[in-house]
Amino acid sequence: MSRLEIARDKCNLCELCVQSCPFDALEVADDRVRVGDECVFCGRCVKECPAGAISIIEEKEPEKVDLSAWSGVWVFAEQADGRVHPVAFELIGKGRALADRRGTYLAAVLLGGSLESLDAAATALRRFPVDRILVAADAALAQFRSETYAAVLAQLIQRHCPEIVLCGATAMGRSFLPRVAGLVRTGLTADCTGLEIDDSEGLLLQTRPAFGGNIMATIICPRRRPQMATVRPKVFSAPAPGAPRQVEMITFTPSPQTLECPVELIEVCVEEAGAESIAEADIIVSGGRGVGGPEGFRVIRELADALGGAVGASRAAVDAGWMPYPHQVGQTGKTVQPKLYVACGISGAVQHLVGMQSASTIIAINKDRSAPIFRVADFGLVGDLHVVIPRLIEAIRRRKGACK
Amino acid sequence: MRTIVCIKQVPETTRVEIDPETKTLRREGVESVLNPLDTFAVEEALRIRERLGGTVTALTLGPPQAARMLREVIALGVDDGVLVSGREFAGSDTWSTSYALAAAIRHMGRCDLILCGKQAVDGDTGHIGPELSAHLALPLATYVRSIREVTSDHAVVERLTDTGHEVMRLPLPAVMTVIKDLNEPRTPNLADLHRARFATLKVLDAKAIGADPLEIGLEGSLTRVIRIFTPKTERAARIYEENLDAGVRDVAAFLEKEGLL
Repeated sequence: MSRLEIARDKCNLCELCVQSCPFDALEVADDRVRVGDECVFCGRCVKECPAGAISIIEEKEPEKVDLSAWSGVWVFAEQADGRVHPVAFELIGKGRALADRRGTYLAAVLLGGSLESLDAAATALRRFPVDRILVAADAALAQFRSETYAAVLAQLIQRHCPEIVLCGATAMGRSFLPRVAGLVRTGLTADCTGLEIDDSEGLLLQTRPAFGGNIMATIICPRRRPQMATVRPKVFSAPAPGAPRQVEMITFTPSPQTLECPVELIEVCVEEAGAESIAEADIIVSGGRGVGGPEGFRVIRELADALGGAVGASRAAVDAGWMPYPHQVGQTGKTVQPKLYVACGISGAVQHLVGMQSASTIIAINKDRSAPIFRVADFGLVGDLHVVIPRLIEAIRRRKGACK
Repeated sequence: MRTIVCIKQVPETTRVEIDPETKTLRREGVESVLNPLDTFAVEEALRIRERLGGTVTALTLGPPQAARMLREVIALGVDDGVLVSGREFAGSDTWSTSYALAAAIRHMGRCDLILCGKQAVDGDTGHIGPELSAHLALPLATYVRSIREVTSDHAVVERLTDTGHEVMRLPLPAVMTVIKDLNEPRTPNLADLHRARFATLKVLDAKAIGADPLEIGLEGSLTRVIRIFTPKTERAARIYEENLDAGVRDVAAFLEKEGLL
């Protein structure tokens, strides 16, 4: 186990280290700086110390962490303007099963600008089967910043010792959760598609795709806690919301150091292109080179509208400037996992396939019978998309009309 | 202005081998290339140097073969390459990889900016940038799509979010992960590639960067892969070619049955 060493001959008791510690681990007592158990060796004090008196000594002795001291399953409930991101409800569904299996509690963690602003989010969470809601509210948390969110969640973890922490693999989750893992020094598994508890040791079995979905790997975090995982939206399904229940609310006051942040948020912009996030869509209709041009995307959009879905694009279509980058599906764009993926005029380069092949159903429309896209598809319509799509839209509208 | 770009070599093909003993990926013998998403980080570092002067160092953790990739980016204009390498690093997970990279960066002395691609296309975790920022206690900006302003002490960047974008001002040094919108990477010419073949690389082992042997490689990894399997990807497509009418009808019927209409 590492330790923090403070050279007393260099230390002038200026207390800059005490003020800078994000974990409240340092204090001055008896004319010397004392290091508490909260220290996670983040190195902030080493940097801050003007006298160069602090160093981290890494001792060569295998650490032993008392795993039994950690219990509880946490779900980080991402929220914006009081609206909880749907992935949090999906994770509560999965988290409930994991908590029951481990015989422990399930908590949702809410961070935000004030208790009042989090009221709507807390009310929404009470409709789902959580046992506790942990809330940290401070003006400094009103807007997401990796630094403050990571420091506060890390401090909460140090304080309450959960055994599992789950978080949506959103732009937010993917930005700050690895920073939390770095701070609390534990393992993190990204983009899990399966989460189970193993029979013998009660470890969290985290299954995820790698190599663009060509390989699935099951990963454990055997000797550190918490076991942390991010999960993409739509991987698990959310339980149906019930009537609001009484849930224990635990408010947490983060230490001032965790709320300090040198990063200044100047502007937050909601864009039309980004607003319709393909990462969250149940249905995606994508166009590729075969669409022929920007105006060709009108028919793609029409099919998407008929199905109530979002519009995606292949790299070829984005590079040609027909669609903006947030719509790009594939290795250098987004990996999606919708219920239905309709690939139109997309030949199916492996870089595209890895971004969409885990869709539940894939429909391919392409002129070229030998296009690789047909090998991963459930339905293949061989023909000009400008002919096939209008007919498909018509058939869909007829059926929809008949439904009503 | 000193910029460090963290880069990774990834298998060129999507065919990869798994060592059944260690259950980690066997990279020897597999043709490797620079992670495509890192090319945007390299390009941006070069553009910043062109505007502000200074140096660009490429840093990687990998086997000796990774030297070739470092030479490739030197051919593009990167000033020097640092290869952190040694058997002791084999089997590193993202935590121990970022630990080792952080140790190497500390060893290299003062730097102003650390750039990474948003993720590597083999592991797809996107962990290294944010974990580095934690190890080094530096500010972080992920998914950066535009660096609007950069001086020796701060940067103003635009980063992509799920719903749009945000603009933030970070003091430097800082860690940034970048996306493809950022720029159009240059390609090297043959003369530069030839010259880069003779460039001297710095090769550092765990001892040189002052890394704790218990924190690196398989030993230091906090996660363990216990099972690897191949998912089923091929599907038996129902193909409609001559009978498109039937195809359209069947698809519409299927969508209705599945409740997708």
